[in-house]
Amino acid sequence: MTEKRYFQKEIETMPREEMKKLQSEKLVKQVKRVYENVKYYRDLMDAKGVTPDDIKSIDDLHKLPFLTKSDLRDAYPYGLLGTDLKNCVRIHSTSGTTGRRVVAYYTQHDIDLWEDCCARALTAAGATNEDVCHIAYGYGLFTGGFGLNGGSQKLGCLTLPMSSGSTDRQIQFMQDLHSTVLCCTPSYAAYIGETLKEMGISPDSLDLKAGIFGAEPWTEEMRRDIEKSLGIKAFDIYGLTETTGPGVAFECEAQKGMHINEDHFYAEIIDPETGEVLPEGSKGELVFTNLDKEGFPLLRYRTRDICVLSHAECSCGRTLIKMSKPMGRSDDMLIIRGVNVFPSQIETVLIKEGYSPNYLIEVDRVKNNDTLDVYVELNPEQFSDTVRDLAIKERALAEAIKTMLGINPKVHLVAPKTIQRSEGKAVRVIDKRKLHD
Amino acid sequence: MSVKQISVFIENKKGALATCTRYIADNGINIRALSIADTQDFGILRIICDDPKQTDSILKKGGYITTVTDVLATEIADKPGSMATILEVLADAHVIVEYTYAFLAPDGHAYMIFRVDDNAVASAALAGAGIKTANQEDLF
Repeated sequence: MTEKRYFQKEIETMPREEMKKLQSEKLVKQVKRVYENVKYYRDLMDAKGVTPDDIKSIDDLHKLPFLTKSDLRDAYPYGLLGTDLKNCVRIHSTSGTTGRRVVAYYTQHDIDLWEDCCARALTAAGATNEDVCHIAYGYGLFTGGFGLNGGSQKLGCLTLPMSSGSTDRQIQFMQDLHSTVLCCTPSYAAYIGETLKEMGISPDSLDLKAGIFGAEPWTEEMRRDIEKSLGIKAFDIYGLTETTGPGVAFECEAQKGMHINEDHFYAEIIDPETGEVLPEGSKGELVFTNLDKEGFPLLRYRTRDICVLSHAECSCGRTLIKMSKPMGRSDDMLIIRGVNVFPSQIETVLIKEGYSPNYLIEVDRVKNNDTLDVYVELNPEQFSDTVRDLAIKERALAEAIKTMLGINPKVHLVAPKTIQRSEGKAVRVIDKRKLHD
Repeated sequence: MSVKQISVFIENKKGALATCTRYIADNGINIRALSIADTQDFGILRIICDDPKQTDSILKKGGYITTVTDVLATEIADKPGSMATILEVLADAHVIVEYTYAFLAPDGHAYMIFRVDDNAVASAALAGAGIKTANQEDLF
């Protein structure tokens, strides 16, 4: 190994005490600003009897109220804006589904710190300004494309804003322009690997050396498959639109957990039932506080991701706290092909289309690609004696679900009362993917 | 003139068809004619029997999804070209045939069932060509 490289060495290797001091200073300022500018959060603080004066250091963070996805929904679209709209320069949005859409605002300062975080991630994956960074995340409202794009430019890489899809063209650019670092979802990386194999292109003939893959859960097994099929070292990256986007945490050469950019995103682990903060090393729900974001400054945002935090020393030399890969969710959200899916969204479509709300969602991963099957009970009045009519109904329903979720399901119409009813909470989801070790 | 056909939604599951036809038998219903359409997920059982109204209500009571459709039944001669002639008449009248199937009536004659997009136009065209369409009673 050559000399260890960091993008912002001072921060990434900062001694713990100094980091804590930095976090405390930022938090005190941030809470004051949020209290002043964000009525929605001020009301929550008032209701809890907390004032900005109660927050003197990062140790006081636990006094603040939580924010959840439903707060974000209630406050949509401007309720959690942290500054004047005129100071904002961009928005991003989550996979955009009725009732759950999150629109996050960014000032130039926010974009800069986000790009720094992505540049740290790229550097940790071994990238320098001599690299050709091939970005096959989607560009648009989704944070993936723009996030890594900004980090890559900041680092000085030659940046290829490929966006996703057109795999043949992706491969051609990799060959012709000598891409060295690939950024996309792990399932798309796996798909590119399979396509290379089908086309008879050896990964050795490409210049790829590393990949940064995130936005959906993936396993160690998938990592090994991708590393082999693309001839690279594969790194995980974590983030969410609510807190900023990819780059909240990133993997280093140790490939054992992700360093959180905790100078910007302070992480806590709580008991999802009681909300109590748990000691380091405990498994619980991950909560993030934006220490210095201006446009969309969320304090104590509950991610619903279950994971473990650790300050254990890392061989890469970074002192940034590490989080494990998320081990599950504390709600019923599924991540399918990188898209956040709530079963209730599918239920909404079914009811709107006149189907029974008795349904079953089956998610599986076939050849590293997620599949979504929706089983729906047919209503008597929807029945027809021709196969064609029923096939048209299946397609129309699949189309309606696709419009809602952005991903294509396979719809299966089944006879009434064949989907199991259970006492109490119905089983609506069967997730056959083994994503958590 | 048309005949009432009952269609039943059958799931693509082992034994589903056996269970359904046993249920029909246990209720004393004799199936005169039958056809099955199937897809990957489900099948549609189509049957002709002498009391379609009662059969339909018995099936519904048994939890089955059913629908009653008016279909055409025509006697068909046992010689080359009979089927082609009927289809040509329907085609000339711009009638769309959704599906068709055959069976033998107790009188020993063969009948074809046609599910078409417009029964009135189809019957008139067939009558004009001298092809008779049957009543429910003609088949029993």
